[in-house]
Amino acid sequence: MEIIVCIKQVPDSASVKIDPETNTLMRQGVPAIVNPFDMHALEAALQLKEIHGGTITVVTMGPPQATEALRECVALGADKGVLVSDRAFGGSDTLATSYTLASAVRKLGKYDLIICGMQAIDGDTAQVGPSMAEQLEIAQLTFVSKVEINGDTVTVQREQDECYEVVEAKLPLLMTVVRSINDPRFPNVKGIMKAKKAKFDEFGLADLDVDETRLGLKGSPTKVSKIFSPPKRSDTVVIKKDTAKEAVAELITRLKDAKIV
Amino acid sequence: MAVIIKDDLCIGCGSCEGTCPFGVIEMKDDKAVINVGCTSCGACVESCPVEAIINIAEEVVLVGDKNSYKNVFVYIELYEGKPRNVGLELLGQGRMLADKMNQKLAAVIIGDKVADLAKEAFAFGADTVYLVEAPELKNFSTDGYAMAFEDLIQTYKPSVILYGATKDGRDLGPRIACRVRTGLTADCTGLGIDEETGLVAWTRPAFGGNIMATILCPEHRPQMGTVRPSVFKKPVPDYTKTGEIINVASKAKAEDIRTKLIDIIKIAGSSVNLHEAKIIVSGGRGMGKPENFALVQALADVLGASVGSSRAAVDAGWMPYPHQVGQTGKTVGPTIYFACGISGAIQHLAGMSSSEVIIAINNDPEAPIFGVANYGIVGDVLEVLPVLTEELKIALKK
Ligand SMILES: Cc1cc2nc3c(=O)[nH]c(=O)nc-3n(C[C@H](O)[C@H](O)[C@H](O)COP(=O)(O)OP(=O)(O)OC[C@H]3O[C@@H](n4cnc5c(N)ncnc54)[C@H](O)[C@@H]3O)c2cc1C
Ligand SMILES: Nc1ncnc2c1ncn2[C@@H]1O[C@H](COP(=O)(O)O)[C@@H](O)[C@H]1O
Repeated sequence: MEIIVCIKQVPDSASVKIDPETNTLMRQGVPAIVNPFDMHALEAALQLKEIHGGTITVVTMGPPQATEALRECVALGADKGVLVSDRAFGGSDTLATSYTLASAVRKLGKYDLIICGMQAIDGDTAQVGPSMAEQLEIAQLTFVSKVEINGDTVTVQREQDECYEVVEAKLPLLMTVVRSINDPRFPNVKGIMKAKKAKFDEFGLADLDVDETRLGLKGSPTKVSKIFSPPKRSDTVVIKKDTAKEAVAELITRLKDAKIV
Repeated sequence: MAVIIKDDLCIGCGSCEGTCPFGVIEMKDDKAVINVGCTSCGACVESCPVEAIINIAEEVVLVGDKNSYKNVFVYIELYEGKPRNVGLELLGQGRMLADKMNQKLAAVIIGDKVADLAKEAFAFGADTVYLVEAPELKNFSTDGYAMAFEDLIQTYKPSVILYGATKDGRDLGPRIACRVRTGLTADCTGLGIDEETGLVAWTRPAFGGNIMATILCPEHRPQMGTVRPSVFKKPVPDYTKTGEIINVASKAKAEDIRTKLIDIIKIAGSSVNLHEAKIIVSGGRGMGKPENFALVQALADVLGASVGSSRAAVDAGWMPYPHQVGQTGKTVGPTIYFACGISGAIQHLAGMSSSEVIIAINNDPEAPIFGVANYGIVGDVLEVLPVLTEELKIALKK
């Protein structure tokens, strides 16, 4: 089975801080990681390969340093990696990103399954997967928490808010996975050695069969017009008393005054 | 738009470097350069003391005649044959946008034998209902529903479409956006009209809620977005209202739908309807051990509330995932939210900060949860909760 896993290098949002003076993100020293959801996508691919055989190709679009993310995936067991990178791709929104990634996937040739993370923790959009499926004119199964493949039939459990849906479709298709699908493994020494020596294909503008007006900032219908810090509350009533009883009494008085109870 | 740095003017002072929310400005050979990844947000422009950074208008590809697109459409997502709250909440927001633009508000209802629901849509503010009914559309499917929307967009040319940022909404939205080649802003928490341009201003959290971004879709139509459930209040329904129902024939044939729903597995103890809950009592790692969640449950019982949880408590196996509130859990907007032993990490706040009243109990006075709480008790949650439960029991009886 030919599996393609789409991964993105992102800043670790758990350690991103806002500069209180300038209201902007403090990126300095924020480590770049493989988007956590994409680690689950890769793990799903590795487990499917263990059962069905085949090859796993990881694809990422980003600046040259994103090869480090590809390397991490090879250490875990991916067979090949492709970096899709060109200045012309800069500033892409989800439509332009998925257009570019889909072109790269087409260039790779035949595939059975594409796996994406549910969302990337920088943009948090969850849109690139479904958009790619549309570009490639294949079916999609999103928010997958369990997958089984029999011949060319894929059966998944799709996570909804109040239930799980069991859904079936035929290969080739694209799926996006949630965290609960698996626990990603850790790399072993052999993998790390292999990753050190790995070479990756690079696709730039000239390598892809694309309409340039659909790329990058120009090809992106959405434009960021403003960025700001989430508003903070300044009127918090903080209750600090010697005993729980006093604190609760104070809280209840306040809640009654405000007609909340 | 594009942001460029004029090399001849740049004095290499570095003022702009730290202002970039995407970290793509770099100092090279004493000049600032903008690397790949720039989104032209313009955050750096103001920082330049010598006006070397400018925002230039760039040629844009116009798809179709954008002025021929009119009216606001709201997708009414169904669950077990009934509208989900988010669709009704969005009728309220859709009404606001339509009124500001002097246009009409329409609800889109897709399914099988769902004509009855039109009166619901009128009561919540729709002027028109587009009804797409077919046996093939009984259950949600990406293929079937995307076809229905594509057809509606091409025939009726709406200027704006709002979808709920539910699992199905986030499955469907990008598929449609890509098919008609327009922009889609994900998971919005704020909607308005940009005064300068008259465009819909879509506001959403990014970077796990660390920053907010306002996004426009200037040249493509329809302008589309998915909007988080529970952020906006449902309008007060008026069942005397009626409107026009437009029946639209479905073009989807059974073989167009490539996915098949085989079964639905309800989540055990599915009283976890956090989206609809009026009061939520949530516990985090500060509860110490799983048994202590009984204290959370006891308070919830007194208040008739639902129980929520932080991711830390879910990851520790103390609570099942459906209870998780936050960026990767549920977004909730109850009247009262109790955060018990929850630090208030940005990813948790992303899911609950639109609650009307937030009450936090935490032993760390510096915990970020106090930054969003209306009321905060600094103290041991294991001591405070039992007293609070007892006192509220008494207070509510009176
Ligand atoms: C991609 C990503 C997505 C995420 N999504 C989510 C999400 O959806 N939801 C979510 O919640 N988190 C999410 N997180 C995790 C988030 O960053 C935090 O790790 C998590 O919210 C912390 O949970 P907590 O507040 O329960 O635990 P902690 O941060 O450990 O906080 C426990 C708090 O309890 C207090 N405490 C301890 N003992 C007591 C006591 N006896 N009495 C009173 N107070 C006490 C402590 O002072 C502390 O403030 C996500 C993270 C990432 C990277
Ligand atoms: N630049 C990218 N390169 C490769 N894959 C990506 C890229 N951006 C997004 N993806 C994939 O799409 C998923 C959803 O991302 P997003 O729509 O940005 O939230 C991610 O989990 C990745 O699998």
